[in-house]
Amino acid sequence: MTLQHELPSTGMPGYNFAYLDETTKRAIRRGLLKAVAIPGFQVPFGGREMPMPYGWGTGGIQATASILGLDDVLKVIDQGADDTTNAVSIRNFFKQVAGVASATRTTEATIIQTRHRIPETPLQNGQILVFQVPIPEPLRFIEPSESETAAMHALGDYGVMHVKLYEDIVRHGRIATRYAYPVEVNGRYVMDPSPIPRFDNPKLHMNPALLLFGAGREKRLYALPPYTRVVSLDFEDHPFEIPRWESACAICGSTESYLDELIVDDQGTRRYVCSDTDWCETRAAVGEKTT
Amino acid sequence: MYVAVKGGERAIENAHRLLAHKRRGNPEAPELAVSQIREQMFLAVARVMSEGALHDPGLAALALKQAAGDLVEAVFLLRAYRTTLPRFCGSRPLDTGEMRIERRISASYKDLPGGQRLGATFDYTHRLLDFALLAEGEYPAPRMDAPPPAASASAPEGDAVPHVMHLLAREGLVEEAGSPNGAPVSAPPPDITREPISFPAARAKRLQILARGDEGFLLALGYSTQRGYGRNHPFAGEIRIGRVDVWLETEELPFPVPTGEIEVSECEMLNQFVGGRGQPPQFTRGYGLAFGQAERKAMAMALIDRALRAGEYGEEAGAPAQQEEFVLAHCDNVEAAGFVSHLKLPHYVDFQSELDLIRTLRREYLNAQTPGPRPAHADAAHGEAHDTLEETHS
Repeated sequence: MTLQHELPSTGMPGYNFAYLDETTKRAIRRGLLKAVAIPGFQVPFGGREMPMPYGWGTGGIQATASILGLDDVLKVIDQGADDTTNAVSIRNFFKQVAGVASATRTTEATIIQTRHRIPETPLQNGQILVFQVPIPEPLRFIEPSESETAAMHALGDYGVMHVKLYEDIVRHGRIATRYAYPVEVNGRYVMDPSPIPRFDNPKLHMNPALLLFGAGREKRLYALPPYTRVVSLDFEDHPFEIPRWESACAICGSTESYLDELIVDDQGTRRYVCSDTDWCETRAAVGEKTT
Repeated sequence: MYVAVKGGERAIENAHRLLAHKRRGNPEAPELAVSQIREQMFLAVARVMSEGALHDPGLAALALKQAAGDLVEAVFLLRAYRTTLPRFCGSRPLDTGEMRIERRISASYKDLPGGQRLGATFDYTHRLLDFALLAEGEYPAPRMDAPPPAASASAPEGDAVPHVMHLLAREGLVEEAGSPNGAPVSAPPPDITREPISFPAARAKRLQILARGDEGFLLALGYSTQRGYGRNHPFAGEIRIGRVDVWLETEELPFPVPTGEIEVSECEMLNQFVGGRGQPPQFTRGYGLAFGQAERKAMAMALIDRALRAGEYGEEAGAPAQQEEFVLAHCDNVEAAGFVSHLKLPHYVDFQSELDLIRTLRREYLNAQTPGPRPAHADAAHGEAHDTLEETHS
């Protein structure tokens, strides 16, 4: 992250390194620094149009573009996989405009941009995980007005969120939020962890890596610095629980990872495979060697 | 399978090659030139420039060609290019009073200094398909050797024409322009492309967002105010279209420098106001401005600008067009199209979580419907119990 003022353009002629001009990248980094200083607080930033549509990861792309250096190794995943179409598209974009190295191994990457998942392989201190965020405001679907939700955050007034979770329990016997499950950060701000499954929530807590969140359309940045306390909201008599599977991954046999359901024939037969492709491939390779 | 476990990269490449073929269409038809789009589809070019927030007819025409005529896609292309351009400085405010008028009408006065001038307009055309245009080259085109009809004698081309609003303001019949809520006009205007919007927004920011806003969305909202959802009694005080100079003040030079001229459409709505909140009865105004010939957009924008000022005049503000956050957060078609289209991206991780929840809830629902001893797994309340799915298939 030690960027000089003007980087040599290793990418596309006519465009600056990593697409955005250096002034813009610096402005975004200032926003990110503020976000790191106030964990879980949504920092407004002068978000730019990117050459991909809003909603397709422009917030994450801007955050990545502004922290990317020549010697970084970039990994991009969508739904945990490196080879989903949009992950391919974003990785190609950075290859084109920045010429940086990319990796699919979680352990090899210095920056990982993700949509909807946190890698199963534990992250290390020094790594940066950049989340793509559609709606950064955890209270948005309870209160549509930005003026109102800004006041609620300022006052730490999160009663409506607890009421919402309580109503879930009354209606359904359980908290019906399965992804984008709200968390309290460092005892202060309630934060939307982006639409990761609640299975991934515990990985946010005391994570050694720097976690950055970028919402392009909504023009907000927020962050969890390494080793931040992150608590998933719950009640004493309805504690937060993570889902478990009774099946194992059909490829690597994992019973501890998040599994995607595949329908493999016309009869609706289901198989389960790891959503994290790197995790699955690594395990499968080790399995082959040992057998 | 569009999210193949492998092969996403090749699928993307093939899709782009296919798109290039489709865009070209039948190769026996001559290829569309960018200059043809710029010259002959100048209204589409104007819209792409306004909503793309970049005045460059050549690039807007290129975007239209590249987008195969999809206006929202063309707007997006232009925006994505605009974002890479450095910002040197702001221009001086455009002086539309000095506009070289091509069209100028007022619906509030029969005649007025400067006169009424229709200019090139679809108004009063009968919307009958002109099959003669089908013949293209063979049919005699408008005679280009003869100059277009001359400007009217009352206001020869190039003469400044006073704004209707100034005539009314002299009598105090309309509020003064430029100082909403007493804010000094001389302060450098904010820039929504550099500072994110926060609510409540200053009027200058609102107008910037509306100027980039989707014409269809603004038109529908403006229309809604005419049908009683936030009625504000508008008159088209003045609509003018023409060319204005753009002046820059640079740090290096002690005088402003003209950088060229652009065509704009301006609409000033006059709206009834009976007084209140310590203000005398007078007409209030709504303002609209767009690049090129874009009268519909400018009018819709003016209606919404006025609707969003309800708070300033102590008016009840319950209609959609009067809700600042609602209007401003949703009028940008690059944002809207992006977020709607992102539903095409894979969501199977989230969907998996929902699937599990629905299965669990269904199981409980069906068990509750069935009298008698409950199945053993009925209390598997938490967790993704995938082995108990038979009854959810029924």
